[in-house]
Amino acid sequence: MITLEDVSKTYSTGSPALDGISLNIEKGEFVFIVGDSGSGKSTLIKLLLRELRPTSGKIVVNHTDVNRLKHGKIPMYRRGIGTVFQDFRLLKDRNVYENVAFAQRVISVPSREIRKNVPSVLSLVGLAEKYKSKPKELSGGEQQRVALARAIVNKPPILLADEPTGNLDPKNSWEIMMLLDQINANGTTVLVVTHNREIVNAMRKRVITMRKGVIISDQKKGGYIDED
Amino acid sequence: MRISTFFYSLGQGIKNIWRNKLFSLATVATIAACVFIFGVFYSIILNFQNIVKQAQTGVAVTVFFDDGTSDERIEEIGNEIKKRGEVSKVVFVSAEEAWETFKTQNLGDYVDSFGDDNPLENDANYEIYMNDVSMQDNLVAYLESIDDVREVHKSVILASMLTSVNSLISIVSIGIILILLAVSIFLISNTVALGIEVRREEISIMKLIGATDFVVRAPFVFEGMLLGLVGAVLPLVAIYFIYGNVVEYLTQKFRLLDSLLQFLSISQIFNTLVPVAVALGVGIGFLGSFTTARKHLRV
Repeated sequence: MITLEDVSKTYSTGSPALDGISLNIEKGEFVFIVGDSGSGKSTLIKLLLRELRPTSGKIVVNHTDVNRLKHGKIPMYRRGIGTVFQDFRLLKDRNVYENVAFAQRVISVPSREIRKNVPSVLSLVGLAEKYKSKPKELSGGEQQRVALARAIVNKPPILLADEPTGNLDPKNSWEIMMLLDQINANGTTVLVVTHNREIVNAMRKRVITMRKGVIISDQKKGGYIDED
Repeated sequence: MRISTFFYSLGQGIKNIWRNKLFSLATVATIAACVFIFGVFYSIILNFQNIVKQAQTGVAVTVFFDDGTSDERIEEIGNEIKKRGEVSKVVFVSAEEAWETFKTQNLGDYVDSFGDDNPLENDANYEIYMNDVSMQDNLVAYLESIDDVREVHKSVILASMLTSVNSLISIVSIGIILILLAVSIFLISNTVALGIEVRREEISIMKLIGATDFVVRAPFVFEGMLLGLVGAVLPLVAIYFIYGNVVEYLTQKFRLLDSLLQFLSISQIFNTLVPVAVALGVGIGFLGSFTTARKHLRV
């Protein structure tokens, strides 16, 4: 599903953010990517979203050679990847329903289907009752559920979650992880970038550990590896 | 574009206008000023052209012949003149007709003192009417070069005045309109750029979700076109009401020039002004917003 071959990325400022990393993630896998700040996790996410191009190496996502992707094809490529961020990135002037519907509107899904899909995905994340609430009326955990609903409403085969529990308390963090697990169980390939040691250790999924732009460990059913 | 996407983009465009009320207002005001001035000059030009056209129908060049020129030669010259492109009509006035007209117009009771004499027996002439008075100089030069032509009378002042005023109004209007166009496009560009800045986060989410550039830009282009449309319609409404009053005032004020000042009706003006002004407003809006959105929304 996702293949990186000897991928490096060096910013104009100097030292490489990624230094010749290679990895392969199969369809339907649940993978944690862990590492300290500056380890290259965010760069990896940006490369997968085609926000950046690698300095060298090859990236293939869902049979698409990302480096060769023409500008006009990027939107279609991104529709295959749902994204969730630490800061939720919800539209504050719109309610829960509108935030989720937004993801369908911008890719021109017919209104009839939007009216069917949005309540369904809101039920899945447990927010069916709060569809009229504005983001500021929701707790952090609830806001992240809205972001999650928005990320999966278009049914992407891949879900990228960049520190999805970074702003949440342990209870909410765990609930979000359970939702991600459920989404993965339905066939979606899930990549979670996180610092959350307890969750990584508890879930016993594949764990890729990065440090200073290289992969230092790739464990099946692994745990969090400390810096030292 | 799907209908739902169309209405979504339109709705977002309207919201943008509302969010940046002051900028939107300034933009509409500038476009309105531009279209208003355009409309005013357009109305003046159309009316002036109409007046010129009316006046031109009465402007004629008169050609007189040397003494003793035969009727055949005069007819031959007439046929040559008729072939000229500048000429719309050639009227032959015989010496007798010239004398009759002169008598009627100028002599009154003194006519009997001339008896059967015709003092204008050598004044048979052609009255030559033109398609366009600006061609008069060319035509006169040609006529003066013809053998057996004694004299050519022309209306220098009227012809050159009509032509000059016509071109002056056109040049001034074009200049003013071009300046206002540039200001309008600049203002629209600023309004749209502000809207893009305000919605920066929303745009980044749209791009991450996989919205095409077209969908991302559409609300801003709609915003610009709507501002342009409103900016065009307002001055048209104003011109509609002002035009009738101005025409009525001028007609009253210059009653003596009634035959010369024949104004066009508002519907004759609006037949072309409405589509042109709306296209101008919407065009300015489209151009300003499209180029700005394109510049600021590159992925």
